[in-house]
Amino acid sequence: MNYFPDEVLEHVFDFLTSHRDRNAVSLVCSLWYRVERFSRQRVFIGNCYAISPEKLIKRFPGLKSLTLKGKHHFADFNLVPYDWGGYVQPWIEALAKSRIGLEELRLKRMVVSDESLELLSRSFANFKALVLVSCEGFTTDGLAAIAANCRFLRELDLQENEIDDHSGHWLSCFPDSCTSLTSLNFACLKGEINSASLERLVARSPNLRSLRLNRSVPLETLQKILVQAPLLVDLGTGSYVHDPDSETYNKLKTTILTCKSIRNLSGFLEVDPRCLPAIFPICLNLTYLNLSYAAGIHGSELIKLIRRCAKLQRLWILDCIGDKGLEVVASTCNELQELRVFPSDPLGIGHDAVTEYGLVAISIGCPKLHSLLYFCQQMTNAALITVARNCPNFIRFRLCILDPTKPDAVTMQPLDDGFGAIVQSCKFLRRLSLTGLLTDQVFRYIGMYAEQLEMLSVAFAGNSDKGMLYVLNGCKKLRKLEIMDCPFGNGALLSDAGKYETMRSLWMSSCEITLSGCKTLAKMMPRLNVEIINEHDQMEICPEDDGQRVGKLYLYRTLVGPRKDAPEFVWNL
Amino acid sequence: MPPDTTSESPGSDVTSTVFKDTELTLGLPGEARFSGGKTCSKRGFIERSMDLNLGDSSSSSSQTRGKILAGQDFSSESLVSGAGKPSAAKRQEVVGWPPVRSLRKRALEGCKYVKVAVDGAPYLRKVDLEIYNSYQELLRALEQMFMTCFAIRGNYVGEGGRKVMYPMKEMEYVPTYEDKDGDWMLVGDVPWKMFLESCKRIRLMKSSEAVGTLAPRTHPRSCTYEVAADQQLKAR
Repeated sequence: MNYFPDEVLEHVFDFLTSHRDRNAVSLVCSLWYRVERFSRQRVFIGNCYAISPEKLIKRFPGLKSLTLKGKHHFADFNLVPYDWGGYVQPWIEALAKSRIGLEELRLKRMVVSDESLELLSRSFANFKALVLVSCEGFTTDGLAAIAANCRFLRELDLQENEIDDHSGHWLSCFPDSCTSLTSLNFACLKGEINSASLERLVARSPNLRSLRLNRSVPLETLQKILVQAPLLVDLGTGSYVHDPDSETYNKLKTTILTCKSIRNLSGFLEVDPRCLPAIFPICLNLTYLNLSYAAGIHGSELIKLIRRCAKLQRLWILDCIGDKGLEVVASTCNELQELRVFPSDPLGIGHDAVTEYGLVAISIGCPKLHSLLYFCQQMTNAALITVARNCPNFIRFRLCILDPTKPDAVTMQPLDDGFGAIVQSCKFLRRLSLTGLLTDQVFRYIGMYAEQLEMLSVAFAGNSDKGMLYVLNGCKKLRKLEIMDCPFGNGALLSDAGKYETMRSLWMSSCEITLSGCKTLAKMMPRLNVEIINEHDQMEICPEDDGQRVGKLYLYRTLVGPRKDAPEFVWNL
Repeated sequence: MPPDTTSESPGSDVTSTVFKDTELTLGLPGEARFSGGKTCSKRGFIERSMDLNLGDSSSSSSQTRGKILAGQDFSSESLVSGAGKPSAAKRQEVVGWPPVRSLRKRALEGCKYVKVAVDGAPYLRKVDLEIYNSYQELLRALEQMFMTCFAIRGNYVGEGGRKVMYPMKEMEYVPTYEDKDGDWMLVGDVPWKMFLESCKRIRLMKSSEAVGTLAPRTHPRSCTYEVAADQQLKAR
């Protein structure tokens, strides 16, 4: 390989698009490492505390696009306190001081302040794309800074963030000279925006292909926008409510006929089902339909809509679709690859929910299904075995029975065999979430068969340490393990400490591990950060009492040692 | 940015002392206790959430996380019966369960669905009141919704939303609603927002039933209201 000049190697590496491939290539020899690092433009950091901004900048001076993830996945479910960490400010400060020409920043579960956004907007002349997913800590003032200062902004994508909405003024901050927008998503904003500003913005953005509006944008505005942007590929409606007899609605019906490019449709946070016929003409083109916030569409109207969407590949819906509705999906959407069914009544026990029948129907009608998230009332082993047989191509299989320790609804047995069938049949399974009554046996199956498994989420399952041991010993490719409320203790935790350096992280909450076990682990493994989240002074009374049970453990591998921004209630052992 | 507090039980004043005091003593009779360890007697998910349902004051829900009851007996009654029985009231929210983002949960809470009954119609409908901004919008929507299921006399359909306020002889139906106190009220008296908060269900009452044979008073509106009130008393 020494015969090739560096430029040739670089050119070859250009064809490697995945981070993993590039990471692998950099380990071949020092020459390849050097060529790879200078030519790398996109870097993905799955845990912002695994590395420091300084080291990042040093290694990849050509960095243009950075993806960072902060808090653990369970922060989505309120298990991680607000001020745990995950601040983007130090990253932006370091990048701003350097000569890095940052163009794209993608953040997930990080704390972003208005100050950070302001600094970001002023520091990188060529900044093009900002994607924030499940972040918090900022307001629309920060968005105003981005709008005003990023002259070549193409993408502003806000997905499910907690944003303090000060007013719709931020949208007016896009200067008249800004004509480069290709993607704008502000669906998660709660406040009003200025419709006229929005219309003008769309009118001067000829490359706009993706637009997701928030709840406050009325139907009249939607109609006017669609007139200006007939080439839209991805649309998220705002308030989809209007008098179906009105001129506005009739205009919308006509306008939508010109939007032949729409492939992704979402929104409907507010919807009058009588207005749905306007979108019927584009249904046949849709490949992605997200009705998971559309509580206002149900029953026969929902079915009528789905029946027209024969080409769907990804469908996100609420469980009020019912088993019967899923049968319609199964018979209509034969190209379906990804299905997510969310609970419409997360706390109660609703009658409209879905069961194993719906899932089996889907498995029969949709053989291409590879990703599933299914919140349901009940499940059976027989159904899971059938699903495993019908759909051997699952990459992601996440089943959530709302009552998490519920046994097989027919036999009252644990659901071990059902999940066992899934892991045995689906040889490419990378992500698995389990619920239901489950013993150590299910973990034995997972350890035995789930060879490609990278992420496992478990709650209220297992009988003993053996369960966790099966997984740690068996799943060679495991990267993320998250466990809540399982009877796994120090024996399991300490059995293979070295394993955790091959993984991104381990989360254990409300298990049987004690402070002593965690301290031992921390001592054995200096390159792991072993953090205890000690909320509500659970453990304050006796910090020396090593026998006390640990409420929340989060450990992760890192090259930079214990973090310096940990709050008081986070103990790094 | 205020932390999301939907997971805290309202009114709970959690201190570690309270937590420790109560954790060892509460539990349903006949329940298997998890042995060992200094901290709480961990109980099954169902039992714990049902305790919270009963107004258990040790509502440190963020601390006592459930666990599967110890023991190999998976046909144990406590698990099965807990699983199969729908609780009368909604189960109290448990931190981290179900694994749904708060944003999603809150988006769904923003709906206000009420049942709408129309005298003579074969079935009821449900409408989301949140999507309407005024009485006019609501009534027009209801009118359209129910037109499809049975014939309405000519003079009801047509001119404009204001007619609900006119004397009832001009229309066939009187819109009434049941409020939080269980009383049947005439739609339209209170400001829209107040109506949104207090309305539990809607009934479009046949005007012939409502008017009866009473002579109209000087103020047409008070006439209909009093008649509706009379009707209410008669119905009881």
